[in-house]
Amino acid sequence: MLIASVIVIFWLQPALPIRGADFFTPIATLVLVVLTWFITADDETRKQRKNYIILAIVAGIVLLLNLTRFIPQLQIFTASRPPQLETTLLIFLITGLTLTALSRLTRFSASFLTVGLVLTIGLFLLIKIPALSFWLSSFLRTLSGQSLTNVSINDFRWLGFSYVAFRLIHTIRDKQSGRFPSVDVGEFITYVIFFPAFTAGPIDRLERFIKDLRAPFAGLTFETFYSAGQRLLLGLFKKFVIADALALIALNDSNATQVASTLWMWVIVYAYAFQIYFDFSGYTDIALGIAQLLGIKLPENFASPYLKPNLTQFWNNWHMTLTQWFRAYFFNPITRWLRSWEKPISIPMMILFTQVATMLLIGFWHGVTWNFTLWGLWHGLGLFIHNRWNDATKAKSAAWATTPTKLAILNISGILLTFHFVAIGWIFFALSSPAVSWQVILKLFGVH
Amino acid sequence: MNQEIKPLNVLIKGLFLFALFNLVIAAWQPSVGQFSLYNVLYPGRERLPFGENPKQSYNLSLFDLNAMFASHVIAGTPKADDEFRIVIVGDSSVWGTLLKPEETLAGQLNTDHLNACEKNVRAYNLGYPTISLTKDVMLLSYAKQYDLDLVIWMTTLDAFPLEKQTSTPLVANNEEKVRELATSYGLRVDADDPNFEVKNFWQKTFVGDRRAWADFFRLQIYGVMWSATGIDQFYPAEYEKAQTDFETDESYHDLTAPLTEDDLAINALDAGFRVVGETPMLLVNEPMLISSGANSDIRYNFFYPRWAYDDYRDIMSSLSERNDWTYVDLWDIVPANEFTNSAIHLTPAGENLLAENLAPYILENCK
Repeated sequence: MLIASVIVIFWLQPALPIRGADFFTPIATLVLVVLTWFITADDETRKQRKNYIILAIVAGIVLLLNLTRFIPQLQIFTASRPPQLETTLLIFLITGLTLTALSRLTRFSASFLTVGLVLTIGLFLLIKIPALSFWLSSFLRTLSGQSLTNVSINDFRWLGFSYVAFRLIHTIRDKQSGRFPSVDVGEFITYVIFFPAFTAGPIDRLERFIKDLRAPFAGLTFETFYSAGQRLLLGLFKKFVIADALALIALNDSNATQVASTLWMWVIVYAYAFQIYFDFSGYTDIALGIAQLLGIKLPENFASPYLKPNLTQFWNNWHMTLTQWFRAYFFNPITRWLRSWEKPISIPMMILFTQVATMLLIGFWHGVTWNFTLWGLWHGLGLFIHNRWNDATKAKSAAWATTPTKLAILNISGILLTFHFVAIGWIFFALSSPAVSWQVILKLFGVH
Repeated sequence: MNQEIKPLNVLIKGLFLFALFNLVIAAWQPSVGQFSLYNVLYPGRERLPFGENPKQSYNLSLFDLNAMFASHVIAGTPKADDEFRIVIVGDSSVWGTLLKPEETLAGQLNTDHLNACEKNVRAYNLGYPTISLTKDVMLLSYAKQYDLDLVIWMTTLDAFPLEKQTSTPLVANNEEKVRELATSYGLRVDADDPNFEVKNFWQKTFVGDRRAWADFFRLQIYGVMWSATGIDQFYPAEYEKAQTDFETDESYHDLTAPLTEDDLAINALDAGFRVVGETPMLLVNEPMLISSGANSDIRYNFFYPRWAYDDYRDIMSSLSERNDWTYVDLWDIVPANEFTNSAIHLTPAGENLLAENLAPYILENCK
């Protein structure tokens, strides 16, 4: 699985206009993962001989991929011809020296973890903030001796980094809180870059993943094969039939300004809402199916989110591993911190702050731009309003919905309202311009 | 009762059913193209599907004539008692490259609200952006089912060379239809024409023919965007204007002066008139750019050296006289500044001028 995952991250990385970047980006992922393991692993685990053997194997795979530069027929694992070998060897040398220097330190300080955390978040911001990614693209173009004439923020796309960053932050934070399991470097690399979940999740937890990874492979039973195959086929159908068909008519930057009528605007907004669901949940099904065939049971990521009667339940069932991650590493700690104040703010204010801040961060995870900010704000405020509304009307609703029919009415109304709230929110997500998003919303309500 | 499932059996049964489905499709060759969401769920298209960049034009090129016509507005418009129905066939100048549907010749004629034989003229755009008389004849043979009152066949010399007749993909992928025209209307087609894309049995299976199936479904899906936006082609913000300066090049295909009837696919014109039968047909030599740039004494435009085009016009005049065809030569009615990116693509004003010039002939030819 380790070898396959290492090869796949090179294979999946798309071609980039910056020379050699599509080869060095997966190497950067591996270096980052190895460094994170090094600062999170305990002394005893770190010193085990097998780690060096595993690192040698990983380096060997990368070198073999690099050597395909001389055999065009074998250049199927990289988007473009791999660069000169010297640069890769130099990266290995620097990484090796860094690891050696770190290992010479008699005692690992907690500050290394903080540095790791800051570095990971810093890289994340570098990629997600348009101004910084523009600077990064310019820097990398200069480094590779390329012209800056056509520099663009899209020059550098680090495939899978968003998910890699989440897994790294999770492990560093767990280490800080003393919950980090003892894993060798091979297990750690496999966890972070596990190929079925590399590009689109789900975000598993290390201790759970390791349990499956370490379990002896009992062979592929029919039940496993059947259920994994079913999941895989379902995912392929969702992604390549439904989602790709809906993509032809889904809301995007070009058609947003071309549709004039309210009715058709609703159609393309609905198409986007379903396209993003089938696309994402299709990918998850594919990941879960492949992982199951390999003996790993990845966590579920979607549980009929569009059939939930309120926004809170929607977020408990949409991209579940992401929301669980934010709950564990941001929402809960920030709530605890707010509660620990000597004079805590009021509960509603606390809910408003934590919900909005969490959803804004989820928005920023997609990109630090105005449209994702508005999307995060939309959901943060929606969650707050639902929380307050629920508090205020819970008793009345319960008193009114005394028959199955009334309960069904309440449930269906909730589902429709929630779905439409989410669908309108997707407009901010789908369109890069807030002004155009606003125009679309106006059109949806007949205001042209 | 729990029945044990045997994976191998499931796999074999699944493969068998899939193979059977493919074989049935190959043997049956169902004509799914006639089933369309156009004219049912959404309005028919104003022109035949064609598009090289579907994501921007919400349109695509396919070869299934049934699907193409089923998506056209003519297929879903019952002819009213007071309708004088005209179809216009021809190349990209009729289809309307860079023009919105209402700016094309058909669109302009409809805007003019003409009245012929005390009926309201309604023109349908059946142009298709490739140049071949055989392609036009094939489209005419489909169009005649729609109870036509008049056909306008817009042509230009470049539709006549023999080697261009079957090389256009729409013709090359419809061998059966072209051979039917050869049998029924005497259209001349070589028995072993290498241009035809002949599908073997395996290429007719669902897997083998997946591109055609995908195109059919994509055409249906793009109907949503056609309805929502009214857009059926990509309109670039800027384009390169038609060439007006030329090299000293007098060549035209592999032909040498003087041009003779034998050099051209005149037989396809004959077949076209036989296809429409009793329905009146106007054969129109379409307007083209007459350049005044470098070497314009040698070439009229990018397509034509003067000698070839002048000979062609003479041939067309004498042919139409001999065959009693209604022939209208409008080759020079549009000024050079009313052409867009090609020597035959008109601006909206150019199309308007063309419509005005054609209107009297339409009124003359109503029966």
